[in-house]
Amino acid sequence: MYVAVKGGERAIDAAHAWLAEERRGDTTIAELSVAQIRSQLALAVNRVMAEGSLHDPDLAALAIKQSRGDLIEAIFLIRAYRTTLPRLGASHPVETANMAVTRRISATFKDLPGGQILGPTFDYTHRLLDFKLAAEGEVPSAPTAPAIMEPVPHVTGMLGRDGLIQSEPAGNDTPSDLTREPMELPASRALRLQAITRGDEGFILSMAYSTQRGYGRTHAFVGELRIGTVAVEMDIPELGFAVEIGEIELTECETVNQFKGSKTEPPQFTRGYGLVFGQTERKAIAMSLVDRALRWKELGEDYSGAPAQDEEFVLMHSDNIQATGFLEHIKLPHYVDFQAELEMVRKLRAEALASKRAAE
Amino acid sequence: MGLLARSAPARLHALLPDVPPHTILRGPEVGAVMVRGRTGGTGQPFNLGEMTVTRCTVRLDNGAIGHAHVQGRDKGHALRAAVVDALMQTDQADATQTQILTSLQSDESAARALRATKAAATKVEFFTLVRGENA
Repeated sequence: MYVAVKGGERAIDAAHAWLAEERRGDTTIAELSVAQIRSQLALAVNRVMAEGSLHDPDLAALAIKQSRGDLIEAIFLIRAYRTTLPRLGASHPVETANMAVTRRISATFKDLPGGQILGPTFDYTHRLLDFKLAAEGEVPSAPTAPAIMEPVPHVTGMLGRDGLIQSEPAGNDTPSDLTREPMELPASRALRLQAITRGDEGFILSMAYSTQRGYGRTHAFVGELRIGTVAVEMDIPELGFAVEIGEIELTECETVNQFKGSKTEPPQFTRGYGLVFGQTERKAIAMSLVDRALRWKELGEDYSGAPAQDEEFVLMHSDNIQATGFLEHIKLPHYVDFQAELEMVRKLRAEALASKRAAE
Repeated sequence: MGLLARSAPARLHALLPDVPPHTILRGPEVGAVMVRGRTGGTGQPFNLGEMTVTRCTVRLDNGAIGHAHVQGRDKGHALRAAVVDALMQTDQADATQTQILTSLQSDESAARALRATKAAATKVEFFTLVRGENA
């Protein structure tokens, strides 16, 4: 418990004024603009949008500036802002099969319709610091080639045609929304996916890594990873039909996992799914591994007690804003609480010392 | 309407600097739309996260009503998109099409084509090495 304490107002005002000054930093150095953050720190912007659960690159860039680059603080600002917005509706599910891909790779098939497109990736770089970036200079434009006109079908769709992978039948159930009703366990897969896609990247990464190291192993292959833009459509009641309300960049990962079969069904691969706002490849891959690990019950697998299989453990600890709130509240005044504990320890010590003296 | 929703606010403003006389029936109002995905790309819907959207409804003096839902929080963008939607229902439809929508379309096509050509340049062309014993 913490109690209201008065008297810090002047100190708080001064602290915030100093924070603003420190945020601006050395005034002999040009100030960073929101547009610069948006375009040059785009992956930080993407992470803030994904975990803030609100797609708006300008707001995410502003939040990064305001938070001095503390991304969890920026996510907090975005979460707070989104609560002020009226909900205008929900979109039709986005069609990732029609994505205009800038990156599309498969670890399971070398040759596949649409091809392997590397896109603007860090892969195959040497991870050596590039001191040229410390100096200002022109960047040569990227090479171009005639656009690929052929469709880029999902790899899992190709496997599905032969019945080699578990199907994911289309449905139109309204998914429950953890921003509207408190999450109840056991959670549906839709609710789990919502929680994981907005969950902390570090936490989801560690959970996914733990499954690879053997804590709930699922033998995942990246069937396909794709990054690109999709259209967002929504029904407009005034019009009576759906219109496109915008276009967003997404990262999608589909894993092909260890197969299962039974007396009635021949063996087939199973799948894990990741879909995240922006170019957020590590998160999308991790999401698909964690999604797959959490499906043990529905797939009739054994519960090995692995953290990544434990729905409550994963879903209740993946949100970095909830975690930060509870973690950081312990730095707030707990004077009364602590006084009570102090009294208790003093009393116990006095009793212990008294009985020791009596025994002597 | 999709084209207007996706357009850059500054570009639409440049193409339609002066808005014709109109009455605002709603908004412009900033809100959020929950974007949904499908499990496994094809299955049951789930909530992916929200996006900011601004909506606006206008009536031109000749009675034509225009609606807009545009991505982002730019109220001028939503207002202009609604006005263009209304203009498309008037005798100025052809002029609006050529002066505004065609320009937006060609901007968008150029931007998409540039991305597609850069992506194509990163397409892997595998070739198989002939192994000694097969030679």
